[in-house]
Amino acid sequence: MPIPYYLAISGILFTVGVVGVLVRRNAIIIFMCIELMLNAANLAFVAAAHSLGKMNGQVFVFFVMTVAAAEVAVGLAIIVTLFRNRETIDVDEVNLMKH
Amino acid sequence: MPLFLIVLFPLLGFAVNGLIGKRLPKPIPGAIACLAVLASFVVALLRFFDLASRPENARAINETVYNWMSAGSFKVDVSFLFDQLSAIMILIVTGVGFLIHLYSVGYMADDHNDPQGTLYARYFTFLNLFIAFMSVLVLADNYLLMFVGWEGVGLCSYFLIGYWFQLDEAAEASKKAFIVNRIGDFGFLLGMMLMFLAVGSLKYADVFAAASTKLGVPASNIAGLAGFGGVTLVTVITLLLTVGATGKSAQIPLYVWLPDAMAGPTPVSALIHAATMVTAGIYMVARSAVLFELSPATKLLICGIGALTALAAGLTALAHNDIKKVLAYSTVSQLGFMFMAVGAGAYVAAIFHVFTHAFFKACLFLGAGSVIHALHGEQDMRKMGGLATKMKATHITFLLAGLALAAFPLTSGFFSKDEIIAQVFNAGSQNSLYTIFGGVGLLTAVITALYTGRQYAQVFLGESRFAHATDGHSAPALSEVEGAHETHEGQVTHEVHEAPATADAHGAHSTGEVHESPTIMTLPLWILAVGAIFAGYLGVPHIPGVPAQLHGFATWLDPLFPRAAGAAESSVNWVLLGLGVLIGAGGWIVGRTMGINADRALLPDSAANLSLDKIYNQTVVAGGFALTSALRWVDDNVIDGIVRGVGTVIMLISGILRLTQTSYVRNYALGMALGAAVIIGYFMVR
Repeated sequence: MPIPYYLAISGILFTVGVVGVLVRRNAIIIFMCIELMLNAANLAFVAAAHSLGKMNGQVFVFFVMTVAAAEVAVGLAIIVTLFRNRETIDVDEVNLMKH
Repeated sequence: MPLFLIVLFPLLGFAVNGLIGKRLPKPIPGAIACLAVLASFVVALLRFFDLASRPENARAINETVYNWMSAGSFKVDVSFLFDQLSAIMILIVTGVGFLIHLYSVGYMADDHNDPQGTLYARYFTFLNLFIAFMSVLVLADNYLLMFVGWEGVGLCSYFLIGYWFQLDEAAEASKKAFIVNRIGDFGFLLGMMLMFLAVGSLKYADVFAAASTKLGVPASNIAGLAGFGGVTLVTVITLLLTVGATGKSAQIPLYVWLPDAMAGPTPVSALIHAATMVTAGIYMVARSAVLFELSPATKLLICGIGALTALAAGLTALAHNDIKKVLAYSTVSQLGFMFMAVGAGAYVAAIFHVFTHAFFKACLFLGAGSVIHALHGEQDMRKMGGLATKMKATHITFLLAGLALAAFPLTSGFFSKDEIIAQVFNAGSQNSLYTIFGGVGLLTAVITALYTGRQYAQVFLGESRFAHATDGHSAPALSEVEGAHETHEGQVTHEVHEAPATADAHGAHSTGEVHESPTIMTLPLWILAVGAIFAGYLGVPHIPGVPAQLHGFATWLDPLFPRAAGAAESSVNWVLLGLGVLIGAGGWIVGRTMGINADRALLPDSAANLSLDKIYNQTVVAGGFALTSALRWVDDNVIDGIVRGVGTVIMLISGILRLTQTSYVRNYALGMALGAAVIIGYFMVR
């Protein structure tokens, strides 16, 4: 498949992820959308690596996945703490900093 | 002995009393102050004898203490000039000053306004400082140093008039004195600046040497004075110096501070407003004789001001009931005489009158203080009388000094005042206006004799009219009496006075008996009274047959005033001499007769209220307050408005920015997304 198609899928996936982060209220769903954005980036990297015949893109995917994992760990910890204190994970309910 | 010691001793007294005086028990600060001035007097006396032993043409000693400032071409030293004129002045200042210090120790020992005695040291601190500054004034050898002394005595006058600053009257009077003086000082400063511009130096010697050449030029030579046309520079300078002298020597229109200054303690009135400070203006004009001789117009003006002031003040004195106010207006009147003298070019006669006036006026003031002290603060003459038998020393000294003031024949005042009038009539040959001024002088002499004789009789003769206090306080009517009060007004508690522990040196409070003041107060009175009678025998007119020693004063000062010396040698004017005898004796006797048991002033109250004060209040003071209100408005609304405005603007901006803090997580996420989009878009488009 010519690489522009892969990049197009990557772009669509990324856009879906962005919209999901902006629109969804459930914190875990927002996290899933963030993962989606990261994976869209991974797809672009791999497609480019295949197209250019170099390993750089593939190696970078490992980095991205590692960062994603670490980020998820921390983020879920925050969500769990949030739930313990607020009994909710609806981001709209977390508004103590209102002016 | 170096001259600066004369200034140093009172300065040391000032420092000691100022720093630790409060902790010293009552008479010690007074003793320190007296010793300091006595030391100055001794130094002055020794230097005087040394000066007298020198030949006549070598009597100008210069002593430089240090170089004060050198700024480019402007060089001024702190250096002293000791010549015949400054010798006389410094002897007066330190001598009479010492006597008044002595008197003050007795007078201030029991101050109704200060029962705890906390203010005592402050009085002597400033009295010493005054002597120091006055000494600087008369000993200076350049105008700037004289001006330091000039300002300094004005400052000390402020402190001393406002000694009882808790009393509104005193606080206001002290401010008035200082502010009105300042107006005169402004004129003096301008004169000095012109002098420096033209001559390049402020030393007397330099200015006088260059007087006819550099100062005789038209004033328009100096940039900025083009409007003066052909008027000579020296005329402009002398006019400005006259403004200064008018302020300091309380002449029209700047005399208004002196009557109010009676709110200060009586010895202060004696020292500052009779014997020394007010004569500084006369001294300055006499010192600048060279300049004034070059501007006959200014001299005529001075004579006119003096004549007008003498007459007006003399008349006002007839309208007052407060013993100190009468003496205050009398001082203004006598200063008018001195102004007349310098205006006629009779500098020696003017200084002679300064000399005699110091004695008799100080004696009168101190005597008045003695009376006030004995009557526990009573100052209204309508409530006095019959004191002759009860206060013998005060009575006799007041009588002698009063005779001198009235120019009763053979007193010192007789010789000095008549000399002035004679010289003014003499000057009539140059300009007939002088003859008119001389006539005014004669009229004023009559009035002087009248009010002085009257005052003497009202206070000392006849029946006693004073309230016999039962508990040591004067009658409450005190508060209605117009004029300066020294005691019993304001917030100071009266109750403390009743405690038996207070100095009961006055003895019979309960019986209301009046008795003489202690020796420390009467001794200066005696010394001054002797001076008031005999000091005149140094300036006897040139009647053939009179030995030369009796002209000593004129002989001493003549070398300084070469031009005026010619006038002094003229023959005695027998008509004037006879008139003088008539006025002095007759005026006194008439006044005395009018004054026995007098229970009201000679002229109605409306005459007493006739004063420039009203005009000043409506114009200058009201204008000042209006300006202050306007500026206050600007400060409150414009400047504070800007400050408040900054705050308001910031609050507005923050109010708008605050709206971004929605605490809505998805809003923040949207912000991030949009920001990222803008940045990526920018890099893509570039």
